[in-house]
Amino acid sequence: MLGGIARRVGRRLLASIPALLGVVVVTFVLMRVLPGDPAAYFASGPSAGQEEIDELRRTMGLDKPIPVQLVRYFGDIARGDLGRSMTTGQSVVIDIQRRLPASLELTCTALFIALLLSLPLGVAAALRQGSVIDHVVRLLCTLGVCVPTFVSGLLLIYAFYYLLGWAPDPTARIDIFASPPPDITGFYLIDFALIGDWEGWWAAFRQLMLPAFTMALFVLAPLARMTRASMLAVLGSDFIRTAHAMGLARLRIVVVYALRNALLPVITITGIVFSTMLGANVLVEKVFSWPGVASYALDALLASDYAPVQAFVLLMASIFVLVNVTIDILYGIADPRVSVV
Amino acid sequence: MSDVVLGRSGLGRHVAYVLRSNPVTTVAAAGAVVLLFVALFAPWLVPYDPVASDVPNALQPPSAAHWAGTDQLGRDIFSRILMATRLDLMIAFSAVSLSFAVGAVIGGFCGYVGGGLDRWVGRFVDVLMAFPLFVLAMALVAALGNRVENIVIATAFINLPFYIRFARAEVNVRRNAGWVEAARACGDSHLSVVLRVLLPNVLPAMAVQISLNLGWAILNAAGLSFIGLGVRPPTPEWGIMVAEGARFITTGKWWLVAFPGLALMLTVLCFNLLGDGLRDILDPRMRT
Repeated sequence: MLGGIARRVGRRLLASIPALLGVVVVTFVLMRVLPGDPAAYFASGPSAGQEEIDELRRTMGLDKPIPVQLVRYFGDIARGDLGRSMTTGQSVVIDIQRRLPASLELTCTALFIALLLSLPLGVAAALRQGSVIDHVVRLLCTLGVCVPTFVSGLLLIYAFYYLLGWAPDPTARIDIFASPPPDITGFYLIDFALIGDWEGWWAAFRQLMLPAFTMALFVLAPLARMTRASMLAVLGSDFIRTAHAMGLARLRIVVVYALRNALLPVITITGIVFSTMLGANVLVEKVFSWPGVASYALDALLASDYAPVQAFVLLMASIFVLVNVTIDILYGIADPRVSVV
Repeated sequence: MSDVVLGRSGLGRHVAYVLRSNPVTTVAAAGAVVLLFVALFAPWLVPYDPVASDVPNALQPPSAAHWAGTDQLGRDIFSRILMATRLDLMIAFSAVSLSFAVGAVIGGFCGYVGGGLDRWVGRFVDVLMAFPLFVLAMALVAALGNRVENIVIATAFINLPFYIRFARAEVNVRRNAGWVEAARACGDSHLSVVLRVLLPNVLPAMAVQISLNLGWAILNAAGLSFIGLGVRPPTPEWGIMVAEGARFITTGKWWLVAFPGLALMLTVLCFNLLGDGLRDILDPRMRT
C-alpha cells in the first residue's frame, strides 16, 4: 500500500510540472507588461540621466528580448535564485524565508480553528435535521460566504480591541516592545514553546487570534455545509440502518461508521478551502499589518517590483500542488479503495 | 438538467409554487429589484452630494441628519453607499456577462469538438486553476493599468475557467443526443449546432452559476479596490470606503466600515439566495 501511495504521489507531482511551468511563464509575461520602467523607478532620483538608467537596465537584464529574459529566469529558478527585490534590496529567497512562516502560521491556525468549529457544527446539524441547531448552522453558512474578510476583520478589531480590550493592538505578529523568539522554526507559537517562554507565547497567541478567527470565519461556511450534506447522505444509507438494527451504540455508529465515510468530501473541500485561504491572505494580512508573504508581494506589486511578485505566485502555485497531493494521500488513507486504482 | 420542457403556463405555475413554498427567494428577488432601482436612480435618491466634503462635520456618528454618519472629510456615508451601488453592480454584471459569453462559447466548442482543441484548452484551464485566483486578479489589474475597466477584465478572467469547464461538461453529455443528431440531419452546420442548439439548452443550468458568481464577483472587485487597485479614492465604491474607514476603526469609528460592509454583505447575500432559488425553479433535482 505504501508503494502504491508513493507511485501515485510521484505521478501527481510529475503531472503538475506543466501547470507550474505555465504559471511561471504567465506571471513572467504579466510582470513584463506592468506599466512603469523599474530601471527608471530605482535610479538615483528623478534627475537621473539616461545613461544611468541604461546602465541599470543592463545590470537588471532588461535590455534583452523577453524570450531571452524568460530562459534566463528559468535557469535562475533551477539554481534556486529568485532574483533580488528592488524595494528591500535583498534576495527574494531570503525575504520569503523570513516571511513565509508568518503566513503559514496564520493560515494553518485559521484552518485548524475552522475545522474545529465546522465539523461538530455540521455533524450536529445533520443529526438533528430541521432543529434549531440545523437552522443556525444553515444561517451561518449562508451569511458566512457573504461577509468579505476585510470587513469581518475590521469589525472584530472594533469589538475585541476597542470595545472589550481583550485583543492587543492589531499590528504585526508581536508587540513592538516585546522581543521575538529565537528563529528556530519561524512559527512564533512553536518557538516560544520550545524555549519555554510562556509569557511570550501568550503575547504571540493573543496577537494571532484575531486574524486567525477572521480567516476561519471566511472558510467556516463551505466546511460546515459540506460536513452537514455529506453526513446527511451517509446517515441515510443502508449500512447505517443495518448498524442501528444490529443494536450498536449510537455514538459508535455516528463517530466510527458515519463520520469516517462522511469525511471524504470534507477532505476534498478542505484542499480547495486551503488554496482560497492563500489568496485571501492578501486581504487579511493587509488589515492586520501581518508581516507575511502576501503583504510582501502586494507592496512589491504596487511598486512594480517584478521579482518578489513572480516568486510569490510561483510559491503559491507550488503550495497549491503540494496541498493537492497531500489531499490525495489523505484520501487514500480515509478510503483504501482509492489507492487500489 | 430538466429535460422535460414545461409549457408556459406550467412554468408559471411552477415559479409561483416555488416562490410560495420558499419565501426567502421572494425576499431575495425583491432585494435584487431594490438594488437595481438604487443603481439606476441613485443620483436622484441621495440626500447629500456624495463627493462634497464638509470638514467641520467630519467623523460624525449616525444621526437623524446623516443616517450612516459622516467620514473623515465630512461626506455623508449613506449617500456614498447609494451612489456606489451603481459602480459595484456594473463591475460585477459586466465581468460576469463577459466571462459567461467567452467561457460558454469556448467550453461549448471544446465539449462538442473534443480532440486536440479540448486538450489544449483543458491544459490552459488547469494552469489558470493552479493560480491563487485573487492573486492572479491583482497581478492582472496591476499589469493592465489601474482602471475600472481592468477590474472588470480581471474579474472576468478569473471566472473564466469555471464557465469553460461547466459549459464543456454540459455540452459534452448532450453532443450525441437525439435532438442534436436531428439538427445535424436537417443540415445545420457544426457552428450553428453549438451556438443555436446546444448552448441555449445549457443556458438554464448556467443561469444558476451566473447568479452565484455575481456575489463572488462583487466580493472580488471590492477586495481589489480595498487593497488600492482599480477604483480611485474620491469615487464612492464600497471596497474603497471600507479601506478609507479602516484607519479609524482602532479609535472606535465603526460606522465608516460597518455600513459599506453591510451594503456589500446584503448585496452578495441577495444574489446568492436568488441563485439558490433559481436552482429550485430550473432544476428541482439539485435542491438541497
